[in-house]
Amino acid sequence: MDHFLNEDQQMIVDLAKQITDEMIIPNRAKYDETEGYPLDIVETMAKSDFFALFVPEEYGGLGGGCFDTVLALEQFGRGCVGIATAYAASALGAYPIVISGSKELKEQFLPDIATGKKRAAFALTEANAGSDASGIQTTAVEDGDYWVLNGTKQWITNGGQAHLYTVIAMTDPHKGPRGATMFVVESTDPGFSCGPKEKKLGIRTSATTELIFKDCRIPKSRMIGRRGAGFITVMKTLDKSRPGIASLGVGLAQGALDEAATYAKQRVQFGKPIISFQAVQHMLADMAIQTEASRALVYVSAKHIDAHPKQMSKASAMCKVMATDTAMKVAVDAVQVMGGYGYMREYPVEKMMRDAKILQIYEGTNQIQRNVIGQELNKEYN
Amino acid sequence: MNIVVCIKQVPDAKDVRLDPETNTLSREGVKSVINPYDRHALEEGVRLKEEYGGTVTVISMGPPQAQAILTEAISCGADEAFLVSDRAFAGADTLATTYTLAQAVAKAGKPDLVLCGKQATDGDTAQVGPGLAVRLDMPFVTCVKKVRTIAKDVLTLERMMDDGYDVLEVDLPALLTVVKEINTPRFPSLRGMRRARDYQITSLTAEDIGADSSRLGLGGSPTQVVSVFPPEKKGDRTMIEGSVAEQVDKLAEILFDSAFGA
Ligand SMILES: Cc1cc2nc3c(=O)[nH]c(=O)nc-3n(C[C@H](O)[C@H](O)[C@H](O)COP(=O)(O)OP(=O)(O)OC[C@H]3O[C@@H](n4cnc5c(N)ncnc54)[C@H](O)[C@@H]3O)c2cc1C
Ligand SMILES: Cc1cc2nc3c(=O)[nH]c(=O)nc-3n(C[C@H](O)[C@H](O)[C@H](O)COP(=O)(O)OP(=O)(O)OC[C@H]3O[C@@H](n4cnc5c(N)ncnc54)[C@H](O)[C@@H]3O)c2cc1C
Repeated sequence: MDHFLNEDQQMIVDLAKQITDEMIIPNRAKYDETEGYPLDIVETMAKSDFFALFVPEEYGGLGGGCFDTVLALEQFGRGCVGIATAYAASALGAYPIVISGSKELKEQFLPDIATGKKRAAFALTEANAGSDASGIQTTAVEDGDYWVLNGTKQWITNGGQAHLYTVIAMTDPHKGPRGATMFVVESTDPGFSCGPKEKKLGIRTSATTELIFKDCRIPKSRMIGRRGAGFITVMKTLDKSRPGIASLGVGLAQGALDEAATYAKQRVQFGKPIISFQAVQHMLADMAIQTEASRALVYVSAKHIDAHPKQMSKASAMCKVMATDTAMKVAVDAVQVMGGYGYMREYPVEKMMRDAKILQIYEGTNQIQRNVIGQELNKEYN
Repeated sequence: MNIVVCIKQVPDAKDVRLDPETNTLSREGVKSVINPYDRHALEEGVRLKEEYGGTVTVISMGPPQAQAILTEAISCGADEAFLVSDRAFAGADTLATTYTLAQAVAKAGKPDLVLCGKQATDGDTAQVGPGLAVRLDMPFVTCVKKVRTIAKDVLTLERMMDDGYDVLEVDLPALLTVVKEINTPRFPSLRGMRRARDYQITSLTAEDIGADSSRLGLGGSPTQVVSVFPPEKKGDRTMIEGSVAEQVDKLAEILFDSAFGA
């Protein structure tokens, strides 16, 4: 379906598609198997300016639009959600600086993020603070010209691979959620370390680790935005990044549909290609309907967010739920259409099925997204 | 450093067919691409520019459609592009081609380094690089697999040989032809693609390059193509594809079957 992309947007799609077809798809099984970090591919994306997409022009980027990033992520996600996550995590890690950082902080960090010289990560989750982010226990205490951080973050994407981490910590615990503040921590800062890479169901190439802060000392200038405004920045960051996760879902669903439909035309049983059986056709039809509908909602939501509306949480949450639930369903159905072959590692759909699950969990579970949507509806209908 | 890269548009090797009637390449409906070796020449030019500074100028002699490969070269990091195009050039052999290219290179500026592919995948002569160097009065090295350093107008490089490689020094200005081992060509960049979209390629005609018309095209080409034919078929051939392990398995199976019957 034609979404009437302009020339610049079409270029993003074409180039992301080329990198996906020529580099991501031929290497995805290897990275899934070895669980190694896809550095060569991430560096290719950097050389081709993809890390500039989410950085504003005045800091060496190409604009910083949500929609542009969504278009790139959809293609990368069609190839491999694990590799695409390694890219997306840098956007997520950079957004707090883009959204709330001071001019100096932006000048210090964004140009290197735009070239891909420095990769970023975003650190919110802790052992006792998942969906209920207000439960974070990492602290930051002022000491002269420094902040000193203590605590442990959990399941941080790009852990050990990023050069800088945007981290939320309690600066004024007695104020509750209004006592949290965000900081930039560099991988070289004293007192900072990462745990070993977690073993996961899917997106195995993406690095997920603990971040450990042990009297981690950072200059005062590394505070992002106001003291106490940490959760506001977190919410704005996630509003802007979730359409990216949604587009990974669209890409994954498209990839699974492509595999299943191609296979169904070739596989002959009872003397006919299985695509001629109505039961199979209907499954493929539903997969196609849901994928197209998700894509449309993601594009519209991303464009809505780029127009800087006052309220964007609902649109952001709706497209995330729709597209990632679709990705999960379409991936499961793709395996079904392909039968036993679909279950084998020789074909890519079993990996897609494993990868799809994370999309319903990270950057806020789909239950939490529905809560957000419900709360907004509750406000709208009063 | 002024770097000039010569690139040629060729039919995509995956797509090449011979017209059984005329025994010439049938170009209809065949995708045209940058000659694969020339991608490596361009990449090397861009890398040397990134390391030592300067500009990369790409030049192609060919029909107006060859614009497409020049645009692609800009999106991959070339700074300037010239299309050398004129009906008078049609039917050129390598003698006429090198004459035409030499005139164009001189017109485009004074290069410190000229890079060519080892050979073109269609014409396949590997004569243009050396021929061009002679006309430009430059030393040349063919089949370069690595540029080690450039210091004080002396280039140190590795030339691929059947049994290893030679390490050579050559004074600049010089011309090199490169092999695929020299580098991995990059993808275009978004900034490069935007620049390429807005970039105006300079077209050069026979007159623009001040060429002697008797040395151009068919008239300037002493080579006569008497006939073109595919070599006589001697026995059947099967291409075995896949990883080395898969190829070995397949080959073993074929040998086994041919020895003992399937
Ligand atoms: C591979 C991976 C990468 C990650 N990367 C990052 C990262 O880069 N940075 C980062 O900060 N975090 C990251 N996370 C953490 C992720 O965002 C959290 O896992 C997620 O927010 C859910 O938190 P939880 O796992 O603690 O689940 P819990 O909050 O314990 O939830 C468990 C279940 O209860 C449900 N639930 C909880 N509360 C409610 C409620 N109020 N209403 C309805 N249902 C509810 C949830 O939906 C879920 O089904 C990552 C996680 C994974 C697995
Ligand atoms: C016997 C013979 C007869 C021919 N007759 C005709 C004919 O009648 N009509 C006709 O159209 N062609 C003809 N050709 C083809 C034409 O002469 C060659 O394609 C052309 O001269 C380039 O030679 P090549 O392809 O062998 O390039 P090579 O020498 O193999 O190329 C080496 C390198 O030189 C550079 N280079 C080569 N060509 C160009 C170019 N055009 N622009 C920029 N850089 C370039 C590239 O860097 C390339 O990698 C003939 C060729 C032969 C061998």
